[in-house]
Amino acid sequence: MPIKLKKGLNLQIAGAAEAKISGEIAVSHCAIAPDDYPGFQARPALKEGEHLDVGDPVAYDKLHPALKLVSPVSGTLKSIVRGERRKILNFVIESDNAGTVRKHATETGNGCGAVIGMLAESGLLALMRTRPYDIVPDPEAVPRDIFVSCIDSAPLAVSAVALAGKDAADKIRSAVKLLGAATAGKVYLCVDSEWPYGRIEGAETITFEGRHPVGNASVQIEAVAPVNKGDMVWTLGFDTLLRIGYFAITGTFDPVACVAVTGPEVKNPGVLRTVIGAPVEALVKGNLMPSDHHQRIISGTVLTGEKVGTDGYLHYPYRQITVIAEGDDKDEFLGWASLSPSKMSASKTFPGHFLKRLFKPDARIQGGRRAMIMSGQYDKTIPMDIMPEYLIKAIMGRDIEAMEKLGIYEVAPEDFALAEYADTSKLPLQKIVREGLDYIRKELQ
Amino acid sequence: MSKLRKYLDRIRPHFEEGGKLHAFHSVFDGFDTFLYTPRTTSGAGEVHIHDSIDSKRTMIIVVLALMPCFFFGMYNTGYQHWMACGETVFPFWQLMLYGLLTILPRVAVTYLVGLGIEFVVAQWRKEEIQEGFLVTGILIPMICPVETPLWMLAVATAFSVIFVKEVFGGTGYNIFNVALVARAFLFFAYPAHMSGDKAFVSAGSVFGYGPVAPDSFSCATPLGQIAASTGNGLHLTGIDGSAIGSWDAFLGLIPGSFGETSVICILIGAAILLLTGIGSWRIMLSAVAGALLMGWIANSCATPLYPASYLTPVDQLLYGGFAFAVVFMATDPVTASRTNTGKLLYGFLIGVVAVLIRTYNNGYPEGAMLAVLLMNAFAPLIDYCVVQRNISRRLNRAKTQVR
Repeated sequence: MPIKLKKGLNLQIAGAAEAKISGEIAVSHCAIAPDDYPGFQARPALKEGEHLDVGDPVAYDKLHPALKLVSPVSGTLKSIVRGERRKILNFVIESDNAGTVRKHATETGNGCGAVIGMLAESGLLALMRTRPYDIVPDPEAVPRDIFVSCIDSAPLAVSAVALAGKDAADKIRSAVKLLGAATAGKVYLCVDSEWPYGRIEGAETITFEGRHPVGNASVQIEAVAPVNKGDMVWTLGFDTLLRIGYFAITGTFDPVACVAVTGPEVKNPGVLRTVIGAPVEALVKGNLMPSDHHQRIISGTVLTGEKVGTDGYLHYPYRQITVIAEGDDKDEFLGWASLSPSKMSASKTFPGHFLKRLFKPDARIQGGRRAMIMSGQYDKTIPMDIMPEYLIKAIMGRDIEAMEKLGIYEVAPEDFALAEYADTSKLPLQKIVREGLDYIRKELQ
Repeated sequence: MSKLRKYLDRIRPHFEEGGKLHAFHSVFDGFDTFLYTPRTTSGAGEVHIHDSIDSKRTMIIVVLALMPCFFFGMYNTGYQHWMACGETVFPFWQLMLYGLLTILPRVAVTYLVGLGIEFVVAQWRKEEIQEGFLVTGILIPMICPVETPLWMLAVATAFSVIFVKEVFGGTGYNIFNVALVARAFLFFAYPAHMSGDKAFVSAGSVFGYGPVAPDSFSCATPLGQIAASTGNGLHLTGIDGSAIGSWDAFLGLIPGSFGETSVICILIGAAILLLTGIGSWRIMLSAVAGALLMGWIANSCATPLYPASYLTPVDQLLYGGFAFAVVFMATDPVTASRTNTGKLLYGFLIGVVAVLIRTYNNGYPEGAMLAVLLMNAFAPLIDYCVVQRNISRRLNRAKTQVR
């Protein structure tokens, strides 16, 4: 029986891409941004100008040196871009197009620790996240369970399962076997009704139905085996599962990423085969709508992505570029009174709500920031048994006891993205949750 | 770019830090964001697109929902006045004009006082002007007797905005409904003007317009008559002495506060609030259920000691300010319960308490105002219980999983 989620919201945005590879982009350079890996404190593993192969470590974690970020291309470490207080913003790697790869031994000793060590060393562990805290897993801790989300429900996201095709079954089986050895608990595959691979040995397959955020790990975990205080589980996406499978079979790191270029400001939405950390310019070149207004390029989805320039890079874990209008050059007279059907809204006060059409939203916050006025708004988009309003208030008040009681261990910032979108008061909920998670982690450790 | 936009951009520097009109910065900002949707775009770590709805639209929808009651109030003010003058012909536009002239100064005074305070506070706190008072400002004259002197309205509005809203932190932080506290302030500070035979019908001509009523007319509201009545059964009359029944109360051509008399118009407002999802159906529904239940209990043990117990449960919904309070006051999201379960309980108790006060306390002919204010005070407690239940469910879950 599938688990049906009643709450949620699918945003109808123009510029969706079909789930098939429409082109391939070879990159001259790429970048890895440590900020994309929350909880990871990067220390460079090598100096600028040194050579590396695909899968060679670029950086290691200050607290857990076994945890590595690895290179998606072979070439040289061109530069380490630093920001304020010498914080590392980017590792820029120049590709030599040789594609030489580093091979790992995939035979390990027995025990979860050995497997986790291997995952950390190969750079695969850094691609996962934990609940609680939504951070990169600690390589010294064994997870209670492992959750693989095989559903892409975010706006304009292209299903990784559909892109992988039938022949990925081998990789899935190997990956599940490897992950099964890393935990004493279960490996859960959270899938939708389109899942083509049937039952996978060693994993529990759970089917979900519903609107976004059905693809969010927190929602799936809460429905299957909730995280309580003291628990720790890993979450990963289907693309990471395939990389683990590839690693289990070949002993090498698969840097390929299939990136959907989407959004109302894109001429021909499509899916491009490239590598992790590819430069945005290569991905959107010649594919932006000619326009007289400003555009915003987002590495990721409109809900959770990161704003980048054409000189930016694809951020992890996103497999998507979305381009929308910026809107900061637009004058809208009496916008609050508008009856225009092109205004996008989850509220029934706009005619657009009742229309089956695709919208072209821009990046304006569409109003002013206010105190929390309307009640019950966040509940509607968060299909979990938590009290979002009260959790947010507890976080704002830095009340650790209340945060724990109200379920902060179960949530990630992305779970509040839809609520942030629909919020009348325009509060930055994801930021608040991220700060809360960081705060409680710092206070308790 | 339009001329207006260009003009606003040109005068903006005067209002910014160092400009000679900086003291009116929040006023300028208020007008600017009212006229044009702000160009602010989402920053780092936030969602990139936002829903088109904002607090301005939400408030305007509520004002819109109040309009049927407002226009009906205008007509009814004229109608009652014409009746008090002993007229038998009721020319529509003349009645409307009379009503408009009566209410306009009152609306102007509350907005002037309320918004004035809001502007000053916003400027002082260096915040943006908030639109909460748009609704409060029109609610206050609508829930007061038409004969309330302007200065009383001004004092009550000022008291309410300062001590009920701003001292708590402004829009979104108040515990009690601002408009209702203004009404309660008037009720307790100037009781002579808030009840009795003369308060609910405009007597004189307004700005020299309309006939002048003779001194002798009597016009207590139906609930006022009930509270004063003795003996078995109820005999409610209008100004001209004709009987008032449930249908008249539903229609609304009876004496009462400006906006509260017509249940039909209130229902139209309720429909607007419910269809747009701005008002909570949970609160409205459970409040009606609570009033029906309490009304039924009171009615089934009706006694001459408490004349209002002769009202049928349905009449309890139709008479007085109950319907208006439930639709427009109880549903105020800031002061109501915020949890879904809490809303059901909160609404239900408003219904029960309103009828309870109205029936068993002859000192207060109308209980809706006090019921909503009382439940405003209890709303946080109700929510606390609902949240605690969620917390203990989570704790229990942890225990069973460990087992």
